[in-house]
Amino acid sequence: MAQERIFGTGAQRREETELPEPGAPAPTAAQSQTSATSADDLLAEIDGVLESNAEEFVKGFVQKGGQ
Amino acid sequence: MSVRRVMGAETEYGVLATGNAHANATVLSTQVVTTYAALVRRRLGASRATAGWDYHGETPLQDARGFAVPREQADPSQLTDVAPVLTAEEVAAEALRETGPHAESMDWRQVVMNTVLPNGARLYVDHSHPEYSSPEVTTPRDAVLWDAAGDRVALDAVRAIAASAPATGLDVVNLYKNNTDNKSVSYGAHENYLVPRSVPFDALAAGLLPFFASRQVVCGAGRVGLGDRGQRPGFQISQRADFFEREVGLETTVHRPIVNTRDEPHAERTRHRRLHVIIGDANLSHTSNLLKFGTTSLVLGLIEAGTAPDLALVDPVAALQAISHDPGLTTTVPLRDGRELTGVQLQRLYLEAARAHEQTTGGPDPETREVLELWAEVLDALETDPLSLADRLDWVAKHALLLGYRERDGLAWADPRLTLIDLQYADVRPEKGLYHRLVAAGRMRTLFGAEDLERAVGQPPADTRAWLRGRLVTRFPDDVLTANWDSVSLTLPGVRRGARIAMPEPLELTREDVDPLLSAAPDAEHLVRALAAARPALVHTGSLG
Repeated sequence: MAQERIFGTGAQRREETELPEPGAPAPTAAQSQTSATSADDLLAEIDGVLESNAEEFVKGFVQKGGQ
Repeated sequence: MSVRRVMGAETEYGVLATGNAHANATVLSTQVVTTYAALVRRRLGASRATAGWDYHGETPLQDARGFAVPREQADPSQLTDVAPVLTAEEVAAEALRETGPHAESMDWRQVVMNTVLPNGARLYVDHSHPEYSSPEVTTPRDAVLWDAAGDRVALDAVRAIAASAPATGLDVVNLYKNNTDNKSVSYGAHENYLVPRSVPFDALAAGLLPFFASRQVVCGAGRVGLGDRGQRPGFQISQRADFFEREVGLETTVHRPIVNTRDEPHAERTRHRRLHVIIGDANLSHTSNLLKFGTTSLVLGLIEAGTAPDLALVDPVAALQAISHDPGLTTTVPLRDGRELTGVQLQRLYLEAARAHEQTTGGPDPETREVLELWAEVLDALETDPLSLADRLDWVAKHALLLGYRERDGLAWADPRLTLIDLQYADVRPEKGLYHRLVAAGRMRTLFGAEDLERAVGQPPADTRAWLRGRLVTRFPDDVLTANWDSVSLTLPGVRRGARIAMPEPLELTREDVDPLLSAAPDAEHLVRALAAARPALVHTGSLG
């Protein structure tokens, strides 16, 4: 679950790092599903704000020299 | 030793006219500065022109190694001690050419290319980018806060330009807090640190080179593409690494050096040096920025005390790029003593030296403890699980996002959507900027909230001379004629030729020093007279009568 690792929220991360209960059960399939969904949600949200024509947009971002 | 010292941030923003590929970057930057200056004037209820910049005290050709470059040998872009060559009339003519009759609806007599803000910052057109130079602060946290305040300034300017565009017919302008267009051009996010002049510059350069080559693992902003034009596909840690060619030098726009020697103290020259750092990336992440200012200040402290780790890279420029090009963090770089170390290992040697130094000097103050603990935590995580830092470090957050897209959509590194994500991470608008979207989604930790930033936009740091500069601009906007880092000039009805207040010491004329005088003064003239009585050496007047 690479995405779960990548996009774990701050709250989930604290749970993982600060409350390492010995013998705690591994995350259930449902929990993993939630994280994956949350990662998908993030990408979906970002899909919605990305400029529409990526190739043209990045081509048009031309700067003059700076320091 | 402490992270505390006088420091500041200087951020150049990428500037884009939405829908006009042929827009003149200097005109767009002038639109940004002029528009924001007008907003400030309106907020302050000012009636006269915006306070300008006083170029007295700018010495861009003075080299810290003890010589000056002759003007005729300098690159034109190095001559930052004169007002920009583009005059208001030229800007107006350019705008008129581009926008036709609409340009008449903008008041071009009010064109501003350089101004001082109520928080003590400088906002100006630097070459072809708008630059926000933060007020002087004394802690890394305050450096983060007043740099982030600049992002709010940039956003307010963008919003105001968009709102007025239908009436003015001028371009809609957007700003990006990044450092390259991926088409061979880079622009800077500089830092400055006050250092005692007694510290030999050679010692600074030697101690800083291995540190600057490696600190990107903590404060890099991440970049899609390798090479100055992003010609090789891939992801790298730093925005700036591929634009550096030398170890030490005076230039900032050509043949960029890792250690910059510009000797422009903006303060009492015999006591102070102002180290001008040009190697850094622009940071949006508060944590990356805190560590950038905090760890650099600590390493300067080590060099000042003679306790910096004894490190020398075989080739600092090659090391800078090799470390940047490996987000897996396993690449090692050769040292002159034969060792091979990773960027994280180099950083750890500096961390250990700083910790050891603190132990021998009575333990860290709270600000220093925060930086030391965070530095250690981040280096540990970089060695065990770098992606766990996606909620704290810019380059990791960006990398994680890009990996998510690659995994979901099977995108190659050369796919323009990934380049777009890199670019849009730095968009200053909260609804479009991906950094800001991550914060809004609770996926990026912050040190300051919107209210803190709003306050820092309007108010200077209390514990440096920026307090007097910012409060003068706020209280007496119509009387401040010009200002710069170490002086403010005022025009006063009762004083022929006005008055100039010198501010040679960055830690004087603070809130504590001047607020009793400011609050008792009904107008600028009373303030100047009170200040002249209290600090006669600092106030020069034409004729106070």
